[in-house]
Amino acid sequence: MNDAARPATALTAAVEGIGYWSRGLPDWNAARAYALGADAADAAPARPSPQLLPANERRRAPETVAVALEVAAAACAAAARDPAALSSVFVSSHGDMAITDYMCATLASDPRAISPTRFHNSVHNAAAGYWTIGVGAMRPATALSALQAGFAQGLIEALAQLAAGEDAVLLAGYDGAGYGPLGAIAPSEGLLGAALVLGRAPRAGAPALHAWLGPAPAAAAAPGRLHARDHGNASAPMLPLFDALAAGDARLALPAGGGRCLWLELTDD
Amino acid sequence: MPPLAIRAYTASTALGHGLSAQAAALRERRSGLRRNDFAALAADQAPLDCWIGRVDGIENSPLPAALAEWECRNNRLAWLSLNQDGVPAAIAAAVARYGADRIAVIVGTSTSSIGATEAAYARLHGEPPRFPDDLARPTLHTPHSPGAFVAAATGLRGPCVTVATACSSSAKVFAQAARLIAAGLADAALVGGVDTLCGSVLFGFNSLQLVSPDPCRPFDAQRTGLSLGEAGGFALLERCDADAGGLLLRGYGESSDAHHMSTPHPQGLGARLAMADALARAGVDAAAIGYLNLHGTATPANDEVEALAVAALFPPQLHASSTKGWTGHTLGAAGIVESAFALLALDSGELPGTLNSREPDPGNGPQIRFDNARAPIRYAMNNSFGFGGNNCSLVFARA
Repeated sequence: MNDAARPATALTAAVEGIGYWSRGLPDWNAARAYALGADAADAAPARPSPQLLPANERRRAPETVAVALEVAAAACAAAARDPAALSSVFVSSHGDMAITDYMCATLASDPRAISPTRFHNSVHNAAAGYWTIGVGAMRPATALSALQAGFAQGLIEALAQLAAGEDAVLLAGYDGAGYGPLGAIAPSEGLLGAALVLGRAPRAGAPALHAWLGPAPAAAAAPGRLHARDHGNASAPMLPLFDALAAGDARLALPAGGGRCLWLELTDD
Repeated sequence: MPPLAIRAYTASTALGHGLSAQAAALRERRSGLRRNDFAALAADQAPLDCWIGRVDGIENSPLPAALAEWECRNNRLAWLSLNQDGVPAAIAAAVARYGADRIAVIVGTSTSSIGATEAAYARLHGEPPRFPDDLARPTLHTPHSPGAFVAAATGLRGPCVTVATACSSSAKVFAQAARLIAAGLADAALVGGVDTLCGSVLFGFNSLQLVSPDPCRPFDAQRTGLSLGEAGGFALLERCDADAGGLLLRGYGESSDAHHMSTPHPQGLGARLAMADALARAGVDAAAIGYLNLHGTATPANDEVEALAVAALFPPQLHASSTKGWTGHTLGAAGIVESAFALLALDSGELPGTLNSREPDPGNGPQIRFDNARAPIRYAMNNSFGFGGNNCSLVFARA
């Protein structure tokens, strides 16, 4: 496939709402301003505090779950969509490495001491599960991973759901920091989450997103400021899209696995 | 939805490698469960007192040299499963028709290769502690290990993803494949799932007090919990003509319970939504389903709400059963394994009952059968429900 022109078969969605959280950039307004040249906030909270969890669970929830819920809720609010009405796709490279480290360390010393709560939080769909429980969504939820290609694969799944008839779909990508001996093998830095509500019908004021699979570009694009800032996080391959959303009209390619890319074009039509 | 052709399918479980081993054991009501002999990694710790569905021969089936960097129990089971029942030939035929970059790889799992990560933690060395050299392979210590391995092992280069929604994982792969193909992003998809026994699974479910000390007895009034198993399976799906013969995927339904991370909705609302949605998408009436493979884990709560949901949707004539007494609960592989059992029922007319179970729970409807039966059927269904209240039901047909 030639990447020079958008093919007629490109999948299309309206970007109705955006959520974002990284340390110092606690919402999409701050992230967009940073992408366009502003500074990050020194006094921003060190941890997201998703209001949809009961207070005790909000404190106890793994950081990865907290960031995923925070950005998912923010994207739904920005889209003025009822979260309970949306199907959802959650993408994370490593899930929660602090819990994986706890599970493996405990199994190596005293396996009968595993905490039941930590065990049920160890599933890769922990964030998706807490989301559907927290907002009361009985709609389908899924949890995916594909390393560098993760967000592109999640976007493909979200766009395919729209093509299959969903009115709107929530897509969230997130990863936390590496942890323990596992962190040396599966490196990741910081805490990062970003989410989109994608609608099937065009919407005034919402950028249109066109997507198609193609070859990798001949030369890598210069990183935007969001990507340059959080490039060490395992979910960083999604950031070129958020840099582009901040800038307006743009074309970019996200790694999609198998040596191919998901080409994305943003237009204000 | 447009039906998809199932060009090949396979499952490998405690009953043996491949479909003929599965079919024979199901017909002869021969369980694959054994007393737990899966060693704990912690020094001086006895194995849990329970029964497991362990796949024989994994220890003696190393990966080919070209795939050695992927070596671990989970990828071995994926490889062993992938090379059964004509799956490699079906993949080769699809590659010849469409090209490798038009065939998606969608693999479900709950634990991926975490057994290898557990083994690394049991052998940490140095300061700060680090993995032993032979296990310091990043491809293993990530949830995407099985999907990436299957793509590497088959050479398929279409969209590739690992789905991890606990025990619904390898049912949801069918739904994703149907959407990808319908959206024009692929012409065919290799779907499947693999999960292996490991400490996280055995001691994790033990911490939730869900593991039975005896072989599991789904839907029995005296059931005491689940037996854990390991398994792998795959299916090759392809777009087809409306009047195509053979075995077909006709519908899928997905839902969430929106209730609790590890206990199901008390009235089974999520389960009902998934089943009703699958029937609607298939355009098939509930009365047309000839066999339903239940999720049926044999935990008191899960079986109770599934029985409620089935009784609310289906007429008494339905033959519904849980096959966990044969294989144990194979977690992220349960979706593909039990889809294979539903396809076997369509192929052969042999309908499995529910092994080990003797005294029906008073909450069971007439649909839930303990004895095997024989009947030609046109439609079969499979239920897979996972942690986080994540549900998926599939409808298969024989054209």
